[in-house]
Amino acid sequence: MNALLFNCTLVIYAVATVIYLAYLVKPKQSLGLAGFWLTVAGFLVHLGFTLDRFVEAGHTPITNLHESLSFFSMATVGIFILFERRYKVSILGSFVMPLALLILAISATFSAVIPPLNPALKSKWLAVHTIMAFLGYAAFAISFGVSVMYLIQSHFLKKRRLGPMFQKLPPLDMLDDISYRCLTFGFPLLTFAIISGAIWAETAWGTYWSWDPKETWSLITWFIYAALLHGRLTTGWRGRKAAMLSIFGFVIMLFTFLGVNLLLSGLHSYK
Amino acid sequence: MNIIVVGLSHKTAAVEIREKVAFAPTQMEKPLQAVVALPDITEAVIVSTCNRVEIYATTRDVAGGMARIKRFLADYHNVPLETLEKHLYSYHGEDATRHVFRVASSLDSMVVGEPQILGQIKTSYGYAAEFKSSGIILNRFLHKAFSVAKRVRTETKIASSAVSVAFAAVELAKKIFGELSDKTVLLIGAGEMCELAAKHFINVGVRGVMVTNRTYERAEKLAEEFDAKPVHFEALMETLPKADIILSSTGAPHFIIHEKDMEDVLRRRKHKPMFFIDIAVPRDIDPKVNDVENCYLYTVDDLNGVVATNLEQRKIEAAKAEAIVEQEIGQFFKWLSSLEVTPTIVALRTHFDEIRKAELSKTISGWKDLPPGAEKKLDALTNAIMNKLLHQPTSVLKRTDQGNRNDLYVDALRNLFDLEVAGESQDNMMDLED
Repeated sequence: MNALLFNCTLVIYAVATVIYLAYLVKPKQSLGLAGFWLTVAGFLVHLGFTLDRFVEAGHTPITNLHESLSFFSMATVGIFILFERRYKVSILGSFVMPLALLILAISATFSAVIPPLNPALKSKWLAVHTIMAFLGYAAFAISFGVSVMYLIQSHFLKKRRLGPMFQKLPPLDMLDDISYRCLTFGFPLLTFAIISGAIWAETAWGTYWSWDPKETWSLITWFIYAALLHGRLTTGWRGRKAAMLSIFGFVIMLFTFLGVNLLLSGLHSYK
Repeated sequence: MNIIVVGLSHKTAAVEIREKVAFAPTQMEKPLQAVVALPDITEAVIVSTCNRVEIYATTRDVAGGMARIKRFLADYHNVPLETLEKHLYSYHGEDATRHVFRVASSLDSMVVGEPQILGQIKTSYGYAAEFKSSGIILNRFLHKAFSVAKRVRTETKIASSAVSVAFAAVELAKKIFGELSDKTVLLIGAGEMCELAAKHFINVGVRGVMVTNRTYERAEKLAEEFDAKPVHFEALMETLPKADIILSSTGAPHFIIHEKDMEDVLRRRKHKPMFFIDIAVPRDIDPKVNDVENCYLYTVDDLNGVVATNLEQRKIEAAKAEAIVEQEIGQFFKWLSSLEVTPTIVALRTHFDEIRKAELSKTISGWKDLPPGAEKKLDALTNAIMNKLLHQPTSVLKRTDQGNRNDLYVDALRNLFDLEVAGESQDNMMDLED
């Protein structure tokens, strides 16, 4: 049942991605709508998969790479749906859905077996810490997609290449606004995730902060986004500069999440 | 019955001529009635806009009808026919149909795809309907033209892109700012194109307009025109941060806005994007301003480039529109030819004969002790009754001297008896959306 739901989600996201990419080439409204409703359907199945796994495992299903990546993908799609409805920009799906699909596809390459829970993870903080962290990541992922769109659109305007792709992309101000909203949504979540992680670490290992690689890189990520947010609020960083920093932040965030877990050894490595 | 059109347009006549033959829209009754009073003309619609004057009419005598309408145009406006004639075009039948479909779809307009013309034709048709100069054929003819225009609009992208410099500027601004309702426009100098662009921005609803000029009085005068705020030219640098869209067209021999100023300007407006449109020749704004983060600079050449690309796109769409027009001509002619009398009489007789035969065979089959030869007699009897009944309507239809009433009868008969006339599609004129 669990595997079936997972595979269904994968297939639906794949079809939605293809439709959204087709929309990029041929901007028919019907394509945008089809992509959106398929995405919503995929999200519901994905949610079903996550809940099913929660029941089966008996704890929040974000304890290994298969589960984490899957949850990351689901959160990204969920936030995308909210923004799509709010701003009515179908083309956002052409940039976000491939990313969500890729994350889920990578998740599929990791073992789906539910292992016995490490005693250290048995805590009410598991849900709080992981869900907040991944919702924050998802918001940053959307901000990343929107920032890429911003750079492309700004390039077209500067170079006066006003082709069909230019016509399809939303106005610069709207992209900037979506990116900003993602940050104001994602940053507090990341902050709370780090704080709840520290509290959890204290209860599990008796120390709030041990400069473990994950903790260090989380702090780096936090600083980058803090700087971006600060720059936006005080000195009016916006446009290209903000978009590039948002893209950079996302890359660092990915390393914090995947690189640290896979390449460096520490408390968060899923080994 | 034939449809003819006689007229002139921006393609065949200069504005001086078009002015002379234009009809005042408020006084259409007299000319419309004068046209239908012409010998052999049965219906008429006059279309009169600043770019064209056309008279659509129905007649049995194509050459004569055209000549009479040309004479009418010349006499009515006191223009010698010889002067007028070289500017006039005239079409009939399929060509007239193609013409009105193209005009209504804005394929014959000065700016292909502009939407006004359809409304103007609808108004003209409204007068003709009000003063009862149009009848069954021109009604159907124009409703068909409206539906073709609608099809062209929905099935092609003929009107979807900006084809004037001023519109292109507005479209670009929308791609930078999205909403323009909270944006401010600054007008530097007072070139004609600049004013036009400013008007477009006001039309789409910008928050405010500021005007500056080297001579402050001129700025004040312009500001009054736009309900804008005049600004001293010396205060340009202090004003710039407050403006989102800058339209510049001064006669200055050198740049008035430099790249080096922009850093300060942007800092003061918290790096919110700025859109510069430099319409002046020589240029007012240093091209390097475009390299500054969040600054977008377009010159008049750039905007012309945008317009040229859009026009190119329109040409492609226009070709699609022409194909739609060709399709629809066929359909209209099927209907028109179905108005011919003979096929209708044949259809009417066939219809009655079928009923007669069906009823006859029903009666006979239920009749047990039918005397010999009775069947033939009954057949002859019912046939005679039918012929008697149909004699009067048939002879009325065959009379050729009753003008457009004939078409009215034909159409009425076909509707009353639901007659299938060869080639006719059953869409009712009244169903067509206007």
